[in-house]
Amino acid sequence: MKIGVVTFPGTLDDRDAARAVRHAGGESVALWHNDADLHGVDAVILPGGFSYGDYLRCGAISRFSPVMEPIIKAAQGGMPLLGICNGFQVLAEAHLIPGALTRNHELHFLCRDQKLTIENTNTAWTSSFTQGQEILIPLKNGEGAYMCDDETLAMLEGEGRIIARYVGENPNGSRNLIAGITNERGNIVGLMPHPEHAIDSLTGPSADGLGFFTSVLKALVK
Amino acid sequence: MSLDTVSKAQANPDSSQPFAELGLKPDEYARIKEILGRRPTSSELAMYSVMWSEHCSYKSSKVHLKQFGDKAVKTDALLVGIGENAGVVDVGQGYAVTFKIESHNHPSFIEPYQGAATGVGGIVRDILTMGARPIAVMDPLRFGPADAADTRRVLPGIVAGVGGYGNCLGLPNIGGEVVFDETYLGNPLVNALCVGVMKHSDIKLAKAAGAGNLVVLYGAKTGGDGIGGVSVLASETFESKGPAKRPAVQVGDPFVEKVLIECSLEIFAEDLVVGIQDLGGAGLSCATSELASGGSGGMKVQLDKVPLRDPSLSPEEILMSESQERMCAIVEPSKIARFLEICEKWDVTVTVIGEVTDGNHLEITWNGELIVDVPPRTVAHDGPVYNRPLAQPAYIDAVAKEIIKVPLPTTADEIKATVLKLAATPNLADKSWVTDQYDRYVQGNSIQSQPDDSGMVRIDETTHLGVAVATDANANWSYLNPYEGAKLALAEAARNIATAGAKPLAVTNCLNFGSPEDPGVMWQFAESVRGLADGCLEMGLPVTGGNVSFYNQTGAVAILPTPVIGVLGVIDDVRTRTPMSFDRAGLDLYLLGETENDLAGSEWAYMHNQRGGIAPTADLQREMRLIDLLVAGRTKKIFSAAHDLSQGGLAATLTEMVLRYNTGATVQLDNVGLSLLSETPGRVVVAIDPAQTAALTSEAASQKIALTKIGTTGGDSLVINDAKISLVELRKAHTETFPKLFG
Repeated sequence: MKIGVVTFPGTLDDRDAARAVRHAGGESVALWHNDADLHGVDAVILPGGFSYGDYLRCGAISRFSPVMEPIIKAAQGGMPLLGICNGFQVLAEAHLIPGALTRNHELHFLCRDQKLTIENTNTAWTSSFTQGQEILIPLKNGEGAYMCDDETLAMLEGEGRIIARYVGENPNGSRNLIAGITNERGNIVGLMPHPEHAIDSLTGPSADGLGFFTSVLKALVK
Repeated sequence: MSLDTVSKAQANPDSSQPFAELGLKPDEYARIKEILGRRPTSSELAMYSVMWSEHCSYKSSKVHLKQFGDKAVKTDALLVGIGENAGVVDVGQGYAVTFKIESHNHPSFIEPYQGAATGVGGIVRDILTMGARPIAVMDPLRFGPADAADTRRVLPGIVAGVGGYGNCLGLPNIGGEVVFDETYLGNPLVNALCVGVMKHSDIKLAKAAGAGNLVVLYGAKTGGDGIGGVSVLASETFESKGPAKRPAVQVGDPFVEKVLIECSLEIFAEDLVVGIQDLGGAGLSCATSELASGGSGGMKVQLDKVPLRDPSLSPEEILMSESQERMCAIVEPSKIARFLEICEKWDVTVTVIGEVTDGNHLEITWNGELIVDVPPRTVAHDGPVYNRPLAQPAYIDAVAKEIIKVPLPTTADEIKATVLKLAATPNLADKSWVTDQYDRYVQGNSIQSQPDDSGMVRIDETTHLGVAVATDANANWSYLNPYEGAKLALAEAARNIATAGAKPLAVTNCLNFGSPEDPGVMWQFAESVRGLADGCLEMGLPVTGGNVSFYNQTGAVAILPTPVIGVLGVIDDVRTRTPMSFDRAGLDLYLLGETENDLAGSEWAYMHNQRGGIAPTADLQREMRLIDLLVAGRTKKIFSAAHDLSQGGLAATLTEMVLRYNTGATVQLDNVGLSLLSETPGRVVVAIDPAQTAALTSEAASQKIALTKIGTTGGDSLVINDAKISLVELRKAHTETFPKLFG
């Protein structure tokens, strides 16, 4: 199975995401922001970083990169798409998922090991987990507060589209402790914390993050 | 203003020039005239003024720094030594590692965020320039008292700047220091270290060889920021009056630098450059003169081709600008097309601004008119050298006579109160408020970071080869005895590498001092350099490079002598490192090394406003045996944990160990007050499985290191004799200090 990992100018966690794909047993394919096609990949990851230096708004410029056109089209057709951190911001800017990410409520960049509960295991990226499973993966961002209007929030809650929630004190001011959400179909997931940094307890706080990558490989086999 | 050209300088030899405003002394100006056989043009004057500044020329420190060469360790591990942008060390398996530390103290006081951010940016470019991929940063920081108003101004900005720039570059921040002392009020220290890795064959040097090769400027456009940063800002003391120096601070854009890094690495991978130099302090003046004098000797540059952010800049300003995120490469004509193509891929601005020539002339033109014609070596390397007067300051003998009188706890209540007080004091308190603003995970190779003794990164995923880096300074000891202080800082940094089981390999340094024009400060500096050079020779560790920061002084008050020593170590398999603490009950705790009455310069004495006494004497032979013991303990799998003792003594070490994995300990100490608070160097606490007792005893005996069993692990408290401190209250004391102070 081939998983594309996109590099925009200023992307930082692309090599980490590619490593996570390999650890999970997949083949990672590097996609450049200027690519016009997806080189036959079966799924795509938009990794973390500061694409275009977060100029204007996080993700606002990357959303218009040439590679986004085929990605949006494929994802609308059901291709699994995961946006991590800055990738989540790109998904929001591209309106592939609702809401927006704003500055952390304490106005600092925050890097820490964060507990999450997995609340929806029916998406392409979360099926390896069990409902309610608690996992520990790094959280690191300056603009990670998930915001949306009350109506959207009620819809996300009502439809079970919140895939992961922060445990304990709210780290960044996200509404309803939201760490990640999915689209209606369950193929697109936006996630603020970083599962690609938790694939091995040698370099991360745990190996809990690997589940996101094994999930998508499973989903593709089906 | 009309253009000053070489022909005008010849025609009007007596025009008065503002050399003093540019920071040059009358005799230095006279020397320039002597070199050129005429008055310099205004552009030449600008170049000499920045390149002959203290910051660039090391004119006050050179005579002392020579010792690093004279006392150099003979080693095959050093692939590139002092003099290049950064030293390069062989770490085995075909890998070479480069690392260096630099100061950005003065800009960070004026403009904390940008000063700190561009400090990170500058050192990262130095590492990149060697041909290496930057893989980690560290940042030793020093501030005035934690509760001082100005500390609240500079600390949050500096921390945000270090994080803002480093995080955006995708470099894990794997350690550093945060230290408070009155003397840093008005003179905060921002030192930044970067580590990079490459294959041996990828090493690049700053030389412009081969007449006809092209001089290529790429990266950000040149603006009016940072003009005179090195000469006006970094080479003078701060006075309370005088004009604001804000415009002299550079403004960074980490996104541009991130793209520049990736673009440069792609260029290096295709072997497209003959030589390369980053533009840091002194900007184009430095890059052109250093490249030319490192290569064929000559260069022609068309300065009007330099892409500008501000088209109104004069040639003098362009030569002095310290705009960030710029690189200068020497490229063979046959390779320029591919070079331009890669820059285009990354949207990096690139311009051919000149060519390499034979001979000894650096010629710079502005719209066809010759405005600079100098022998490049005279700009880059033949600056003034001062043998400044030095004299042992009077305080040295006075403080040596002082007897430290501090309360030493004996009862359970006193022990508990003392441990909690130390855990909470700003110098020893938990630094998560700072380090949580830094990305420690990016690149996915971080094995250790704060609060571990050293930062450690994996450099090969297949073989598990890794490197460890630690930085240390103990300014209290350096104040009492700068010679021993430097040796002790070296020993501590090396020990911090070894506790994880890595083997120390090489040294870098950032020497932060007051004004070199004060003979007492100059003596502190000379003694520190002598101590460090002697120490490195004795320990067999080569000095790969470093940085001197003088003029950290406000009025008559100089900072404590603060030589920050960075040590790089190598570990063959990061999976086998010894962790800094234990996560299970039933292990035995031992103290390696003997405890003497070393309260002079200790944190406990500092907390009682006492800064006298006699600093410990470094016993480097014993330190080396201790390092061997620590490395053997790792390879023979004897240790479950090992943690260094330094500031705050055993009390601080035990606090950090029990809180790390939330596993308590019970210890029994004789002479409990001194045992907890003395800071005798060369000590480490190790945890072992009881089954390893014989192995530990035998290793310690063969290395002649004193071994004392002090207790066992387990429980939810730190129990010291009959004092019981719950981990909950200890953690509260340790962690609430920074959020309370800084929000």
